[in-house]
Amino acid sequence: MKDLNVLIEECKKHAFDLNFTRAKDWKEEKEGRVLVGYMPIYFPREIIHAAGAMPVGIFGGGDDKQIIKGDAYYQSYICHIPRSIMEIALDKHMDHIDGFIFPSICDVIRNLSGIFKQQKIGKFVKYMDFPQNFLPEIGGVFYQQEMEHVLKYIKELNGVEVTTEALNHSIDLYNKNRQMIEFIYDIRQEHPWRLTIEEVYSIVRAGTVMPVEEHNAILEQVCTHIKEDIGTPQDKIKVVVSGAFCEQPALGLIRAVEEAGCYVVDDDYMLGSRMILGDIDATTDNPLESIAISYINQSQFSSSIYDVHNPKENRLAKIVQDRGADGVVFAAASFCDPSLLDAPIFQNAFDKMGIRYISFQFSENINQYKVIKEQVGTFSDSIKLWEDEPVVV
Amino acid sequence: MSKEAQKEKSMVLQKEMVEGLFNDLANAKELGKKVCYTFIPGNLSELIRTFDMLPVYPEINALQSAMRKKSAAYIKEAEKNAHSEDVCTYVKCDVGMLMKGNIGPTGQKIPDPDVLLLSYTGCFTFLKWFETLKREYPDAKVIMVHTPYQENAEMTPEMTQYMVKQFKEEVIPQMEEVTGIKYDEAKLKEHLRLSAKAEDLMYEIFQTTKHKPSPIDAYFAGVYYIGPINIGFRGTQKAVDYYEELLKEINIRIENGQGPITPEGEMKEEKYRLVVEGPPNWTSFREFWKIFYDMGAVIVASSYTKVGGVYDLGWRHDPERPLEALAEYCMNCYTNLNIPQRIDLLKKCITDYDADGYMTNSIKSCNSFSAGQLGMMREIEDDLEVPVGFIESDLVDPRYFSYSNIKNRLESYFQMLEQRKKLERETESV
Ligand code: SF4
Ligand code: SF4
Repeated sequence: MKDLNVLIEECKKHAFDLNFTRAKDWKEEKEGRVLVGYMPIYFPREIIHAAGAMPVGIFGGGDDKQIIKGDAYYQSYICHIPRSIMEIALDKHMDHIDGFIFPSICDVIRNLSGIFKQQKIGKFVKYMDFPQNFLPEIGGVFYQQEMEHVLKYIKELNGVEVTTEALNHSIDLYNKNRQMIEFIYDIRQEHPWRLTIEEVYSIVRAGTVMPVEEHNAILEQVCTHIKEDIGTPQDKIKVVVSGAFCEQPALGLIRAVEEAGCYVVDDDYMLGSRMILGDIDATTDNPLESIAISYINQSQFSSSIYDVHNPKENRLAKIVQDRGADGVVFAAASFCDPSLLDAPIFQNAFDKMGIRYISFQFSENINQYKVIKEQVGTFSDSIKLWEDEPVVV
Repeated sequence: MSKEAQKEKSMVLQKEMVEGLFNDLANAKELGKKVCYTFIPGNLSELIRTFDMLPVYPEINALQSAMRKKSAAYIKEAEKNAHSEDVCTYVKCDVGMLMKGNIGPTGQKIPDPDVLLLSYTGCFTFLKWFETLKREYPDAKVIMVHTPYQENAEMTPEMTQYMVKQFKEEVIPQMEEVTGIKYDEAKLKEHLRLSAKAEDLMYEIFQTTKHKPSPIDAYFAGVYYIGPINIGFRGTQKAVDYYEELLKEINIRIENGQGPITPEGEMKEEKYRLVVEGPPNWTSFREFWKIFYDMGAVIVASSYTKVGGVYDLGWRHDPERPLEALAEYCMNCYTNLNIPQRIDLLKKCITDYDADGYMTNSIKSCNSFSAGQLGMMREIEDDLEVPVGFIESDLVDPRYFSYSNIKNRLESYFQMLEQRKKLERETESV
């Protein structure tokens, strides 16, 4: 078993590697291998894996990548991620990625799929329309057709016809992956000092750019480490971070929230890797149907899913309660419509429920967090003063 | 009848239709009618009429508020209530209006919805908008119709079937439940027959810009022309009558060699013919338009007039396949086309209508339109070698309409067009 710090460093190296070196190496290891890039938030990576290809998460350029060409494609009032994705594409960081998937989350990501098509980036470009109808025989069937469309594209590249066995095997691997990630969050709920949120984030994000088998091996070791009573508790409040599900804050900002006095006990940074709650049935004759049904019945709430029957404010409030959090930090990417349009819904509800929150906006490329840190620090201090007041849900 | 009087007739008809609708809305309870809030792109007018409901379009309320200079206050109200500065201002304007009593453009209160029909097309903000409204109107029934995006530049049978199943198993039963009216396919077919007629007429109307001078402005005046077909009259004889009258009036203008009517009378000289991408600004609509007509610029085609349906390429509502037709209609609205399709359509407009230039009005509010516009513009410029112009404004937030900025930019653009024309004339004479 490797040392925890070694594992974390390994994950950091992969997670923020804009050349996607691990994926590139994997592809070169064997003739005919295919890489499929996917944008935030969620994509059923199981099907790519079952088709003998490797899914590669693309989460923008962070604070590393200087934007020159990307700005020529996006007006100043549009969020930052599409311009940094264009930049890394035009700078040929993704030339080894064969196809690109744009899951339906917002009009920016949707239209970016068109720009990829127009610019002929990749061998295929697929905008993946997730159903907004939640009846298995309607939305579920449509979703399966969408997945079949993706599989058709991959087959055109590698000739692989997916089998039920392969799909069930892949589902099983990703079930394990999600179980271990949840285990980490569960441990941190009580012992958030055992791993920082910066470390958790890096570990989870690394899983989006390496083979799932390797990630599972890392997670197993991390889980073993954090079962031990490591680290030193500090006087910090517990918070849930919500709203940063697509464009990602720079690692420094993720760290800053904890440094300012808040243990982040849940978040939606890497929502896609945690989207399905619980396992997907890996034992059926129709695994695509299992995946579709799991999306319909077991999804985490998300800005991209119409929520009328299960209001998101109640679901976030439940996470706050279950995790024993003292409050919520709403972090939205600047100009992120889905996140910013959700904010009043959450905030009005939380005012009524008595759940404390603060909100700020960020951009993936900002690396000065002084003001945000002060704001979070004040929030944490004020909550410590009201420590005895219970959270009302 | 004088020509002026003929011109007015279509306007009078439109005014009567709109006032009639708002009157009915104000008296919905007395009339025993259910009220259905829904959106323009992907609106299921014929189905709403089949169930005898009255439609309310929150976007129309927002733009009307802007034209009546009320939007700034409404937006402020919403922003006081946790709405961000940086999201679609239609939503904030509507929310603000609701908070201030929901008084519509005719001064009458707009009734609360019985149904929130989310048959949205091509914009995720619609989804968020109705999530917000649902919390204000907890008793309203939400009916969701998911319109698949034309991501691969096609409407596949699977996509159509997905929508038809939603109509059959979700939308229609729920509408029956709310209204107590049984679904009558014959009635729907009749509405669809009338829709196709209005669509044919509308197509013809927008084709008239091929004439030189163009008898109409397909953007600034175009937004009025698309009113009836988009705000719930599609599928009625009234809409057919309106478009027949309008076409008649335009044909007379063509016979007389007349240019478009502007708020200050007839445009005398057509100097530049433009295709415009993006919605207009509503808060300074008149000033905005004036910059163009003062320079002799007429818009011969615009993408905005296609948000409620693209009829250029031959598609019409087919009464013989009623639910399939509704599905295809939703999928075929402009913002549900992928970026390469949008580029192709705009290029076709530039070529077919012999435009001198292509102009983007990039709207801060609207990612559905704006995200990707710069790439589109570049391709159009490279492929057609047509001068392109770019301005930025907003729909209903006056803070983002900078008159002098826009005027300066447009003046430089028109200078560029003039130079280009001069060069062409010189080359021709050589
Ligand atoms: S950050 Fe928000 S607006 Fe931007 S692409 Fe992601 S979801 Fe869309
Ligand atoms: S984002 Fe654009 S299409 Fe969507 S509601 Fe706003 S103005 Fe309309």
